Amino acid sequence: MWAELAVTAAKLLLIAVGLLTAIPVMVWVERRGAAFIQDRLGPNRVGPLGLVQPIVDAVKLFFKEDITPAGVSRGLYFLAPMVAIFVALVTFIVIPFGAGTDVTVFGVPLSGVMVAPGLGVGVLYLLALGSLSVYGIVLAGWSSNNKYSLLGALRSSAQLISYELAMTVSVMGVILAAGSLRLDAVVAYQSQHLWNAIPQLVGFLVFVVAAFAETNRLPFDLPEAETELVAGYHVEYSSMKFAAFFMSEYVNMVTISALMVTLYLGGWTFPGHRALSGWPLLLLSVLSMLVKVSFVLFTFVWVRWSLPRFRYDQLMRLGWKVLLPLAVLNLVWVGVGVGYGWL
Amino acid sequence: MTAQYIPVLMAFAFAGTVAVAIVGLSVLLGRGRLRPPRKTETYESGMPLLDASRKRVSVKYFVVAMVFIVFDIEVAFLYPWAVTVRELVAEGARAVLLDGLIFLVLLGFGYVYLWREGAFDWSREGSRR
Repeated sequence: MWAELAVTAAKLLLIAVGLLTAIPVMVWVERRGAAFIQDRLGPNRVGPLGLVQPIVDAVKLFFKEDITPAGVSRGLYFLAPMVAIFVALVTFIVIPFGAGTDVTVFGVPLSGVMVAPGLGVGVLYLLALGSLSVYGIVLAGWSSNNKYSLLGALRSSAQLISYELAMTVSVMGVILAAGSLRLDAVVAYQSQHLWNAIPQLVGFLVFVVAAFAETNRLPFDLPEAETELVAGYHVEYSSMKFAAFFMSEYVNMVTISALMVTLYLGGWTFPGHRALSGWPLLLLSVLSMLVKVSFVLFTFVWVRWSLPRFRYDQLMRLGWKVLLPLAVLNLVWVGVGVGYGWL
Repeated sequence: MTAQYIPVLMAFAFAGTVAVAIVGLSVLLGRGRLRPPRKTETYESGMPLLDASRKRVSVKYFVVAMVFIVFDIEVAFLYPWAVTVRELVAEGARAVLLDGLIFLVLLGFGYVYLWREGAFDWSREGSRR
């Protein structure tokens, strides 16, 4: 009992620290990547290649003055960044970051470095709690008593709920193929068959587009749209309260990348993993997962600095008139495929 | 059965602690120095405030929210279907595919209706059409 709790806590802390460490790394990749794409240098003065820059920025944010504007609704204003960071830090526990081997620690199986291996609702838990992130944004926008914030929050909530539908229907195809809501079952299915991205290419593309929209990334960054809304819903936030939104955005990005890899890109599997077992399999599978997630994360940066922003009516049209029917078509195809034994 | 939710509770406790710690640290470390009224004024690109920020919201946002709730509940019905299809087909009950299809077609009627009503058109020209 106690050993189990200790192992669960260790896994939770390990992955959470990993996620939080990914934030400065991602910020660095983003800024250097942007500079590379725009043919300039980017931050390169603090530490080798500017690697220490994001950490210095974080320290600066900690000691910035915490300004509470006069017109805000205080309770909700303080609650909003907490909701944002809370939601970002509870969703990752159902993702298997490594192979479910026979490796045990203190007699407890590691079960794929998954924090909640027994949770039957699996991906449903992730989607349900992930969609709560809209509360952080709406509360922030409304409680700030600022026009930019309110507009950003409204746009964001409409965008998030529109793309959530397309996303859940495309995920349904994967659930149908695997016959389970659990993500380790999804990976097990893919290690027997092709990666889901190949037979369910349409669903995969819908998921990718929806993932960009759900994380408010360009080309769907209308809630923030610097050129029209300054910063959108967090314009009245300063110091670590601003950083909480910033952090939750990056953590959500890592989580959704890990989800994308798990659902469509084979999860932790790699060529020849069936020949291995025990610790080598566990370590290599975690490495494989890391490589895949890093690639997806790099794609986020790559797309951000390559595409312009959508107009709002185009955004709604894409979500409701294109992605939703495509996702349903994908679901029908997977249903027929499973029914006739092709998938 | 309930043991599977222990990790969830642990994650909640952890995330809650981090959330409170971040906002708490911000309040403690960034405690105010001078607070002239200009500083805490609502930000509007440096312009004096014109009027209140909380005004009426375009009705389109409400339409989107309602349509979302309708479809999201329908999608929730699909989860149990999706999980059991493979098992049922293996037992020879291929009719389960037809069940799902009928459900989606019924959903399709509502979708086509909303499309024709212009619920998915954001721009003004679209809704007039």
